[in-house]
Amino acid sequence: MNLAKHWRQRAARYRLEGQRHTQSGALRFPPADDQDAAWQPYRFSGRGTVYSFSLVRQPPDGYDTGDPYLLALIKLEEGPMITAQITDCSIDEASIDMPVEMVTRKLTDLGPEGLIVYGYKFRPLPQL
Amino acid sequence: MSNLSTNAVYIVGHAATPVAEHWERTAVSLAHEALAAALGPIDPSRIGALYTASALTPLIGGQSQIAPAVAQVGGLVNAEAVSIEGGGAAGGVAIRQAALAIAAGVYDLVVVLGVEKVSDVLDPTRDAALALMGDPDFEAVHGTTPTAQWAMLMRRYMHEYGCTADDFAAFPVNAHANGAANPGALYRFPITVEKVRAGSPIADPLGLLDCSTTADGAAAIVLASASVAAELGAPLIRIAATAHAADRVALHARQNPLWLAAAARSAQQALAAARLSIADIQVLDVMDPHGIAAALALEAIGLAERGSAPAAAREGSIRPNGATPLATAGGCKARGDLIGAHGVYQAVELTRQLRGQAGAAQVKGARVALAQTLGGIGVTAVTTILVAE
Repeated sequence: MNLAKHWRQRAARYRLEGQRHTQSGALRFPPADDQDAAWQPYRFSGRGTVYSFSLVRQPPDGYDTGDPYLLALIKLEEGPMITAQITDCSIDEASIDMPVEMVTRKLTDLGPEGLIVYGYKFRPLPQL
Repeated sequence: MSNLSTNAVYIVGHAATPVAEHWERTAVSLAHEALAAALGPIDPSRIGALYTASALTPLIGGQSQIAPAVAQVGGLVNAEAVSIEGGGAAGGVAIRQAALAIAAGVYDLVVVLGVEKVSDVLDPTRDAALALMGDPDFEAVHGTTPTAQWAMLMRRYMHEYGCTADDFAAFPVNAHANGAANPGALYRFPITVEKVRAGSPIADPLGLLDCSTTADGAAAIVLASASVAAELGAPLIRIAATAHAADRVALHARQNPLWLAAAARSAQQALAAARLSIADIQVLDVMDPHGIAAALALEAIGLAERGSAPAAAREGSIRPNGATPLATAGGCKARGDLIGAHGVYQAVELTRQLRGQAGAAQVKGARVALAQTLGGIGVTAVTTILVAE
């Protein structure tokens, strides 16, 4: 059930916590495993824009809820790009460059013996 | 230092099983069929090493160490048996390792075998296994599949270069036209741009007829040193170069996701090692599960300017009589998508081209061929160049 594997990711998954380089100020997400103390935890704002997206109609095991879902590459406003689902949005409403914000949602349910895995998804940013 | 220029490596045997849903067969039985046919009269006990490429056998086939199992059934009693993983690039990785072993003088006769048996599981299980070719913690956990990732690249490509999904249809149309002439292909019927357009959506903007079908099969090639190749007396098809490069595993971690940097680097290195220019390539095969994948590969290899590959394909450049004939045995789309075995199928198919045995899809007078395999979305890339002497 990979309990430890998902537990290790909690800061990134729940808080969108990446890393900032204390000297150069460079930002990165996801956090890397390079054990370099110059990289310290840094929480991203959760805002970004859509680089591209697709509607997944043939989901892999663990992601078949009966409904197709929007998968996207999101360009965070601080720079890094990440992969995440877009929620609360239809394919007709989605567009490249659409502003989005992070929300926390269920990513997958590993079954009766496993975890319910939560993490970040993105939804369209309410228009002002 | 020994290399493929100073110590020549030749393909002296090649065979592949038909690509199909082989319900009644195991991975090992498919592998054995290809192995025995590729060896022909060569005594299996002479084989020094077996390099077996398979992306999914440990994940969905329930078997690791497939190589020793194949060596045992094939009577390779003196061979070291190496199982190679590398996603969709596994076949290319295996060919490279085998060629290097001969060039280094360790062996003078080795076998490369690619096998994939996907029909034992349902599609969602296969797709979950394929998703692991990317980043498990920051891609696959969000429900990615390679198809969905190629689809996102396709949409971005359309956005940046102002083209439509229709513009990619020339790739599957060409693949099916060629597959129709390949007796071992999964799909042996032509399709049209209109049919591609009418295909039901799989991962928008990708539709059914711009998505490859994974299927079962095995392919094998026998590699030999110059002296053994001369003894065996086969037509001399030489592995002029192979080059292997790696990119960032996650698609989102790349500077420009539309640029397959490892594919570009491996192609440049292979051409340089073979002392050839891109203009010398007369026939090629790439990782083409979708038109967008073929387009990005052509651009990375240097056969099309960025943003121009779909237009070039539409104008006929990729047909057997075009300037850059592609997928002459049907490619992933029509021959069938063999994932980790793709690179070995490519070698078999291009050897047939260089021997003038490719039937209706024969590229006239082809003497130089290029094959490229990708693991995941270009995470691992291997380019192999074959030359008829």
